[in-house]
Order: sequence, then structure tokens, then C-alpha cells
Amino acid sequence: MTAASEQSGAEVLLRALKDQGVEVIFGYPGGAVLPIYDGLFRQNAIRHVLVRHEQGAVHAAEGYARSTGRVGVVLVTSGPGATNAVTGLVDALMDSIPIVCLTGQVPTHLIGNDAFQEADTTGITRPATKHNYLVKRPGDLARAVHEAFIVARSGRPGPVVIDLPKDIMIGKAPYSGPPENGHPSYRPRTEPDPAAIGRAVDLLKGARRPIIYTGGGVINSGEEAAALLRTLVRLTGFPCTSTLMGLGAVPASDPRFLGMLGMHGTYEANLAMHGCDVMLAIGARFDDRVTGRLDAFSPGSRKIHADIDPSSVNKNVPVEVPILGDAGRVLARLIEAYEADPRSPDRAALAEWWREIDGWRARESLSFTQELTPGAVIKPQHAIRRLFEATRGLGKEVFVTTEVGQHQMWAAQHFGFEEPRHWMTSGGLGTMGYGLPAAIGVQIAHPDGLVIDIAGEASILMNIQEMSTVAQYRLPVKVFILNNQYMGMVRQWQELLHGGRYAESFMAALPDFVKLAESFHATGLRAESVEQLDEVIRAMLATDGPVIADIAVDPKENCFPMIPSGAAHNDMILSAATEDRAAGITDPGLVLV
Amino acid sequence: MAGDAGLRFATISVLVENEPGILARVVGLFSGRGYNIDSLTVAPVDETARLSRINIVTSGTEMVIEQIKAQLGRLVPVYRVADLGREGPHIAREMALIKVAGTGEKRAEALRIAEAFRARVVDATTESFIFELTGGTEKLDAFLALVRPLGLAEVSRTGIAAIARGTRTI
Repeated sequence: MTAASEQSGAEVLLRALKDQGVEVIFGYPGGAVLPIYDGLFRQNAIRHVLVRHEQGAVHAAEGYARSTGRVGVVLVTSGPGATNAVTGLVDALMDSIPIVCLTGQVPTHLIGNDAFQEADTTGITRPATKHNYLVKRPGDLARAVHEAFIVARSGRPGPVVIDLPKDIMIGKAPYSGPPENGHPSYRPRTEPDPAAIGRAVDLLKGARRPIIYTGGGVINSGEEAAALLRTLVRLTGFPCTSTLMGLGAVPASDPRFLGMLGMHGTYEANLAMHGCDVMLAIGARFDDRVTGRLDAFSPGSRKIHADIDPSSVNKNVPVEVPILGDAGRVLARLIEAYEADPRSPDRAALAEWWREIDGWRARESLSFTQELTPGAVIKPQHAIRRLFEATRGLGKEVFVTTEVGQHQMWAAQHFGFEEPRHWMTSGGLGTMGYGLPAAIGVQIAHPDGLVIDIAGEASILMNIQEMSTVAQYRLPVKVFILNNQYMGMVRQWQELLHGGRYAESFMAALPDFVKLAESFHATGLRAESVEQLDEVIRAMLATDGPVIADIAVDPKENCFPMIPSGAAHNDMILSAATEDRAAGITDPGLVLV
Repeated sequence: MAGDAGLRFATISVLVENEPGILARVVGLFSGRGYNIDSLTVAPVDETARLSRINIVTSGTEMVIEQIKAQLGRLVPVYRVADLGREGPHIAREMALIKVAGTGEKRAEALRIAEAFRARVVDATTESFIFELTGGTEKLDAFLALVRPLGLAEVSRTGIAAIARGTRTI
């Protein structure tokens, strides 16, 4: 590489991004990244979306990544730019979302000198990312960028930070294209071991009370994996359930889908998990929200666990058949081996198992009572059901993001997801403030889609500044606030576990969300009681631009069913009417979150 | 620790890309996830100093040890993780520099014990010795126990370096 062919570091960076297929960056400028912004200004291949806070940039990139399957790209400045991004990075790490986050850094000769806007970004983000890089030599720049994309999207996806000192961006640097042989040390196994597939099919063919339990890994693997999962469910006739992150892989309307499992999962999904004799887990990680009390988790089952991340296997729950590999490849091999196996499954036992499950289903654990007389208070579940019904048959692709709390669980329970990559929520980290910026990212990727952030009035205030981004880019995002004037999930736990002492969970001094919408050049709507709900939903969906719909809902409504912390799957609270609601909550359970 | 039911010691060797921050990554993994580190050594091991070998002695239940190996294995700059005790016989050695201060009979006794342990004297004054001793952790512990009442003043230990016996490599 001759000096004449060398470009500035910023130009090399942008060229590498272009070669990685990057079309859009979510970012916020600052001193340390001025050379990169100057480079962006002088090209047209990559679009930049200006957010209003760096956390919003990462969540927007997450929404973009999750709804497209591509790597989301973030650009922030040094110091506070980087530290503001940390919550988003951990969110992406917990939920396995591929992100490349470019952070500015003070020039190399000032690193360690407590310079203005200096932070030890690689030190701070080491446990917040899948991997990170500090580029200290111009010759390392192009390789680091290409490697970062490989790491972010392969294996179990995750966020990668590249810390870029300003002098490296200004000085000359050589360019090299993406490496042909992949990453030197990072080579995750994607193709499953045939022997493990064989043992899994042995168990599946002999199962009398099987269940398929899937998670975000199936979504991350791609549309093909979700299609294969549907094939497997059809082929076997087995009941299946999903984690919060995996919703949409199997259509909610499929009769073999039992709904979400876990803390706020359906009665039938949790009891089927508890009573099964063979469990096939794919791309799910036996999270504490899913398992409840570990020593009482599915006690009579033999378990097959397919995951691309070896550290997810046997972490919380010991399994008989671990399968390492990509969810899509595992499903393809499982289907082949299941079909090739001459043994016929025990149809009679399966039919009996379905009768038992149908008995649990008949309990209608998601039911709620909505009074329909005018003036009646709106139940949040009813609001989501009506929203879901109103969005069907619109002829638009519907994407839903959420914030975190009761509204999130109600959305998971009552909004039927039929396709993968149409449901974006913060699962592992539980980040309030995720939904609005995530909706921005989704809308940027899908300009013609209907993107709805189902929010709570507390969560939405955590990143409300992103309404300004919505306005700037004329994004027709719909914010649907279930306004119960409380941090609802906190209030619920205080009611159930802390004697109804509602410490600091009441949202005093809330803004007028209609005026707030208008001040951000959006349309504001409000429904006070049940007869106004459908009209507000209709008006929201009929509006071309962004809308905040403020839905006043019952402040006392709790999210059920619920497995209390520290309790087992068969120890669910089904409704507020259940007597002895604290039953099953143990002292060890009280310390759990 | 490792005497308790279900707990075992493990000697884990990790071959890593010798890049800045790799040791912080490994140590952060242990502290962040609450694993024990009983001993840790690290140094470059190939001629171009591109690869480093990290040897870690840790303890935990079988499930925890397997988690540690899986967590180490998924670090991006890691090439190979070997659980030396599980994969076959291995040699583990550490070196210590041991300062014993004293005079008279105690000083002479320290020297006699050092000879029995084949510790080398690498520094001597009329009131002190510095011994260099190489061996397994138990041998070093035994020597230190014997010289403690004889005026043990200071110890510097390297931690474990370990390698598989025979032709097997990491």
C-alpha cells in the first residue's frame, strides 16, 4: 500500500462500513468524532440519523437490527457519548442483538491523561459488549472494523465497540477489504453434532408428554429458522411455547402454540413445561423469568437444549442432550432425522397430553373483565386487544416495540404475533425507555410499516426526547401509552410483596401527553373511558404522521397470571380473585427481582 | 473450598491472542460472574509474541467449572481452553522466592530444610537467606510451613504454570 493510495482514518472507516453493507448510522456528534462527521458529510452512501441522546442511538440501532436481521450501527463521541451508550450496549448484549458502536476517543497521546471528555471506554464497555477494540495504530483500523462486524453478527450476536482516537481518524491509514477467512480465533460452531441430533430424536420419538420451548435464538437465526420451527411443530404435533424474545417464531394463532411461558406466561404453557416428559429447548437460555424456582423446574422431564452459545447450556438447568449449533441448522437436521426415523411416536399418549393441556387452556388464564358501559374505566388488556384487532387487515406490516413493565407483559400476552422480527422488546436487561427509540430504528428500516410503541407513562418519559428525532425525520411512529399513573409493575410488586406500601411508584406531575405530542409536532390523542378507546385507536391509525395516544387505564390492574418470585411453574397466581395471593412467595423468593 | 462436597480444583490453560486488555477480559469474567481465582499466570509463548498462555487454578462445582470453560471459550480472542486435570495427566509447577531472616541455629535449620527440598540459595547475608524453590503448590506450601517458625519474612510466588504430559498439546 503506497502512501498515495492512503486515505484519512475517517475515510477508511466509512469505506469499511460501506463494504460491510451499512446503509444507516444512528448517532450524535461531538468533538472527538468531528473528523468522522466531516467524512459523513462528504459522502452519500451512508445515511445518518441524529438522535437526541446516545442511549436512544443504541436502542434505535437495536430496533433496526431486530426488524431486519442486519447489524445496527451507532456513532457517538468520547466520554459522555460513550457512557450514555452503555445501557443500550448491555441491553443488546443481554438480548443478543448485533450492534457495532463506534465511539470517539481523545487522541492517542492524551489517552490516560484525564483529557476533556476522556473516559476509559474499552474498560467501561468490556463487560457491556461481546468484544471491543481500541484502535491505536492506523494499520489496525480497517481490520478492526471488519472483525467487529464478523463478531457482532456471528455465533450468538451481540454488541461490539470500536474506540477511535481522533488522531487515528485524521491521520492517513491503509485500507484493506473484509478478510476472506473469517475471524482468526472466533469460530463458533454452527453445524450440530449428528450424534447429538440422533439422541434428541430418540427422546422425541419416545415422548409421551413433549413440549417445544423456543426463544430469541430462533428469531436471530433468521426467517428460515422460524419456518423450520413451524415445520417441526406441524410434523410432530407437539405443543410449543416461547419466551418473550421468541414471540412470532410460531404464529400466535397456531393451535399448537400455548402462548408465552414464564413469570407472566399462560397457565397452559407453564403447566405443560412443569408436567412434560421431554423438553426440546431451542435458542432459549432457561432465564430465571422462565424457570421460576430452579429446583422445582420441570422435574420429570428429560431435556434437549440446542444453543449456539456453549455457555448457555447447563448454566441454570442441567440437560440430558446438549446440541451446540445455529437454531436453523439444528432444526433442519432434527426434521431430517425425525422424518428418517422409522419409529412412530406414541399418538395415543400425545392425544391424552393434548387433552390435559386443553383442560389447562380452558382456565383462560389471560381473561379479564372489561365493563363496556360508557364511562367505564379502560382495562389495559382490553386496550391492547382492541389495538391488535384494529391493526389486522390494514394491509400494512405491523411492528410493535415496548417499554418495560406491565404494559410490556400485557402486549406480549394480548397482541398476537404471527411473524418473527415484528416484536421488539427489552427482555434480558428490562430497559425502560427502550421502546420509542427502538420504534425509530424499526421505522427507518421499514418506512411503509406501521410501527407502534406500546408504552407506559413512566417508561416513555425515560427517552421522551426522541420525539424530536421522530419529528425531524417525519417518522409516523405511534406511541400507545397505557397510562395508569404508576410504575405499574413496581406498584404490583409493592401490593403483592410489600404490604401495599407504594413507595415512590406513583407518577406525580405527569405531563399532558396531548400537549407534549403537539409540542413535538405530533398528534396527541387521549381516551378517558372505554367508549372513547376505539375512536382514539381509529384516529391514531388513520393519522399519517406520528401520534401519541394517551390511554387512561385502570391504575389498580395487576398483570396476571404470575409466578411469584421464588415459586414453581405449578404455583401460579391466576388472578386478583385468587385467595391467598402471597402463597408460594418464600423468604428466598423475596430477595429475587 | 475444594474439600467440600461437590467442589473441585481445576487447572485451566487458555491460549489467547496477545492483545491489549485480554488479561482484563479474563479477570473481569471471573470477578463479574463470581468465580474463584486461586492462581493466575500469563506470558507470551510463541516466537512472535502473538499468542499468550494463561494458566488459571480455580475451584467450584462441576457445573461451575464447565461454565468457566464455556465462558472463557466464547471470549473472542481465545483460541483454545484446556482443562488439564480432565484431559489427562499434566505437570503443574510454580516458583517461589522465599526470604528467611534470622541468626544462629534457626538460620542453620532453615538452610538444612532448604537442602532437603532442593531449594537454591540465591541471596545470603549474615542475617538472611533468599531461597528459590520450584515445584508443585503442595511442595511450596510444605516448605513454607517448615520455615515459618524459623523467621520467614517474605514470599513471592509466581503462580502455576502447567502443561499436559506426553505428546498432547493445547
